[in-house]
Amino acid sequence: MRSAAVRLVDISKSYGDVWANKDISLTVEEASIHGLLGENGAGKSTLMKILFGMVSPDSGLLEVNGQPAAFRSSADALEHGIGMVQQHFSLIGTFTVAENLILGRGSQSFGGRWVKRLDLKAAAQRTRELSDRFGFGIDPFALCHDLSVGARQKVEILKALWGGATTLVLDEPTAALSPPEAEELYEVLERLRREGTTVILISHKLPEVMRLCDRVTVLRDGAVVGDREIALAARRPGGQRAAMEADLVQLMIGRERPVVSQRAPRDLPPVLSIRELSDGKRIDGLDLTVNGGEILAIVGVEGNGQSELVELLIGQRKRISGAVELDGTDITALSTKQRFDKGLAHIAEDRHASAIADSMSLTDNASFGFIDGAPFAPTPFWLSRRLRSRFAALLVARQNVRASSPDALIESLSGGNQQKLVVARELARAPRLMIAAQPTRGLDIASTTAVHEALLALRDRGSAVLLLSLDLTEVFTVADRIAVIRGGRIVGESPIATADATQIGQWMSGAASKEPV
Amino acid sequence: MTSTQSPPRRSRLDNELRAQLAVPSRLSAGGRGGTGFGTFLASLGGTSRSVTAKIVSFAVTIAVALIAALPIVYLSGSNAQVALQALIGGSWGSPQAVAETFVQTIPLLITGLAVALAFHGGIFNIGVEGQLIIGALAAGIVGATQHLPGSLLLLASLASGMIAGALWALIPALLKAYRGVHEVVTTIMMNYIAINISTFAVTTGGPFAAKTQPSATEKVPLDAQLPVITPGTRLHAGLFIAIAVIVILMWVLYRTPAGFRLRLMGANPQAAAATGISLPRTMITAMLGSGAIAGLAGAVQVLGVYGRYFDGFSPGYGYSAIAVALLGALSPVGIAAAALFFGTLDAGAVQLQAVAGISREMVSVVSGLVVAFVAAQPAIFRLLHHLQRTVLAGRTARRAAAPVLPPPINGDNDLISAGLDNKEVL
Ligand SMILES: Nc1ncnc2c1ncn2[C@@H]1O[C@H](COP(=O)(O)OP(=O)(O)OP(=O)(O)O)[C@@H](O)[C@H]1O
Ligand SMILES: [Mg+2]
Repeated sequence: MRSAAVRLVDISKSYGDVWANKDISLTVEEASIHGLLGENGAGKSTLMKILFGMVSPDSGLLEVNGQPAAFRSSADALEHGIGMVQQHFSLIGTFTVAENLILGRGSQSFGGRWVKRLDLKAAAQRTRELSDRFGFGIDPFALCHDLSVGARQKVEILKALWGGATTLVLDEPTAALSPPEAEELYEVLERLRREGTTVILISHKLPEVMRLCDRVTVLRDGAVVGDREIALAARRPGGQRAAMEADLVQLMIGRERPVVSQRAPRDLPPVLSIRELSDGKRIDGLDLTVNGGEILAIVGVEGNGQSELVELLIGQRKRISGAVELDGTDITALSTKQRFDKGLAHIAEDRHASAIADSMSLTDNASFGFIDGAPFAPTPFWLSRRLRSRFAALLVARQNVRASSPDALIESLSGGNQQKLVVARELARAPRLMIAAQPTRGLDIASTTAVHEALLALRDRGSAVLLLSLDLTEVFTVADRIAVIRGGRIVGESPIATADATQIGQWMSGAASKEPV
Repeated sequence: MTSTQSPPRRSRLDNELRAQLAVPSRLSAGGRGGTGFGTFLASLGGTSRSVTAKIVSFAVTIAVALIAALPIVYLSGSNAQVALQALIGGSWGSPQAVAETFVQTIPLLITGLAVALAFHGGIFNIGVEGQLIIGALAAGIVGATQHLPGSLLLLASLASGMIAGALWALIPALLKAYRGVHEVVTTIMMNYIAINISTFAVTTGGPFAAKTQPSATEKVPLDAQLPVITPGTRLHAGLFIAIAVIVILMWVLYRTPAGFRLRLMGANPQAAAATGISLPRTMITAMLGSGAIAGLAGAVQVLGVYGRYFDGFSPGYGYSAIAVALLGALSPVGIAAAALFFGTLDAGAVQLQAVAGISREMVSVVSGLVVAFVAAQPAIFRLLHHLQRTVLAGRTARRAAAPVLPPPINGDNDLISAGLDNKEVL
């Protein structure tokens, strides 16, 4: 056995009467990739924040490279060679990549901090070197808000590696990445391991865990419930791997992987019809119809107009031409609020940017879009807090959200539980059309299935679902029909039963457009 | 399945959930235990812990400012104890002093609430000073020129003060909502315009100048002024108006759809827009409300203290209001406490000069320090935390290798960090 890069002994941390971590012990071998699995709210992020000095444990011991360590801040942890990429992006959009990387770094001495010139040129130079070393191809002078999600994730990794980290913690790094971007990241991680870096990977995606990890630890309700070595044989797809996966699922959720029930196709009139829709920028003459009782998945390479289409549909982007009809009535002139009243609901792609407000409570976050009219605000002079809090409790129960109380700040929920609340809130609108953009981002296996079931239930009630997903497995699990978007228009459609992966790939990349289909 | 009728007064909601809402269940958190003022306050804002954190940060900030003022008091040749006695005596030592403290508190309190209202929506209304002046001028003009029965004239003057203040705030609001012009720039410009217009209106030869008194309007009839509530002092009925504004603001912010929209816009504008809130409309409403409250503050000064509009009557209430709102952590009750603190300083200043022989400008130094420390709150808490940590580390070292880790700088389990987190919102 190789020596331990990091050892956590009997770590406990409680928030009120919730035990986020309870007597957790974990040993991570040097130059290995160690997976950390568990349901939403199992305590994975909390444990890693403790390792990274961001959260102080109630009790427990920390050892780094055989030495006892006590981190008072993440700066301390960085100095000890531990880097962490958080579950949510922490980059400043209006800063360049190089500026983001040196933020909070550098000399701690008075002279170094206040008197010496900030050497941006050297920082850019070093950024380029690091980026080249991993084949990231990142421009040090690019502004972070101009970067794609994948590139931002890479900048986060550079940030963690900047100070020469020998242990890298990644909290659900591929949740927002498209499959090719994730593939690039896997290669980087494998390369880091070869070069001797220790990686701790938190993930809900079993295939990537199986592919990358040497060992996994499974948490449930804040405690370790199991520890597995992943044999080389299990890393390749095949019999042994399926058995191993089933074993891990059993450990994580205490039962077998739930399966999504399949339903027969329906034939109802269109709920959404889009004709010749253009915004003058990214959407260019888009035609699309979604029928009642149908789940239509839109797939495509990121940046081909997916986000813009959603913004157009919910009324947050100016249309220059074309029509959008919901249940036969034109909604292009309606405000966002009116569209919601007509039966639109929207699970936002970027939860933190546009679906929740971090500084507000769970109850407040559950109320978005319900604050006008009965039952919560029968008159403009009264917004019932008691009813809203009861409503929040109902949503919490429906989607099985783990939270200490309806008054808890939404920030204190684990990432997956925040997502579950958003999904529950949008489903509560009894939508005719549900726009679900990455609806299962950050969700564990059981919750993912629950959301899929909920979408299918909507479909069974005759509503339509427009699903935007980077996860092709998800698309094939729930969708009835698949449409490919490229360059702001739909370039191909196919029923899911007859969908052909190569054909879809060609549509996405544009290769098919040259030859008649 | 779904309810589509009369959308404006009825939220679209899943029928099953609507039915479940109607029946109170064990699941609901409605019946949490605990009564009393603390719980009530907590139920209005966030959690009770954040209320405690606010109180701690309030007290710490004031304490640090007072300590920092000590060397200056010493340098000015006085003794801290005498100074403090004079200050407290001059503000709380006698019924007259208490009344005067409240008189000083009222304008700070109302303007502080005006600033906070906009702040909750993420809008920096630096123009409270201008809105206050225009409101005061309008109240003074209406009170001095209109011929109405007493109480009606009083109401008309107050209302015109509010309307004038609101309209003065409307211009920056429109520019921000539809043209994206930053409100800090426009409201400051509007302040200068307000100051100069009001000076013009009451200078000799100006349209509303009094015949006998330079730089003022004619007197408002006595029966149309705010009555004095404790005879023999200057304390006027504006105090009740201020208290009413506190209550109304608490209710609007935490118990109405409009307040929710405002707070959501302040917390995450993009999420607000994406869930159907019109940002321009919310912004304009907030500025109108903020301006109206500021105008009301001006009208109360005119009708309660001077009985007429005086040019230059405001020593910068609208600017102190920003410090008041921040020290009060934007909560209406906190702002009342903060305004009372600044009011105490202002009222005590006279005695400070008379008894302790300290120039009353020293009081401005102290208020200035408080403002500075409000701005520096995160740094103060970091420093305190550092001290706490060093002490703790020292203790553990003596106990020899206790297996407990010291708290991180940005810890989440103690009041000081909670106060720090609170302040980062500002
Ligand atoms: N600051 C906090 N205040 C209160 N409770 C908290 C706080 N941070 C975490 N918790 C609670 O601790 C538990 C574990 O949270 P954690 O974020 O570690 O989960 P996780 O395993 O990372 O889940 P996910 O997969 O959803 O990200 C949750 O129940 C959460 O509500
Ligand atoms: Mg997490």
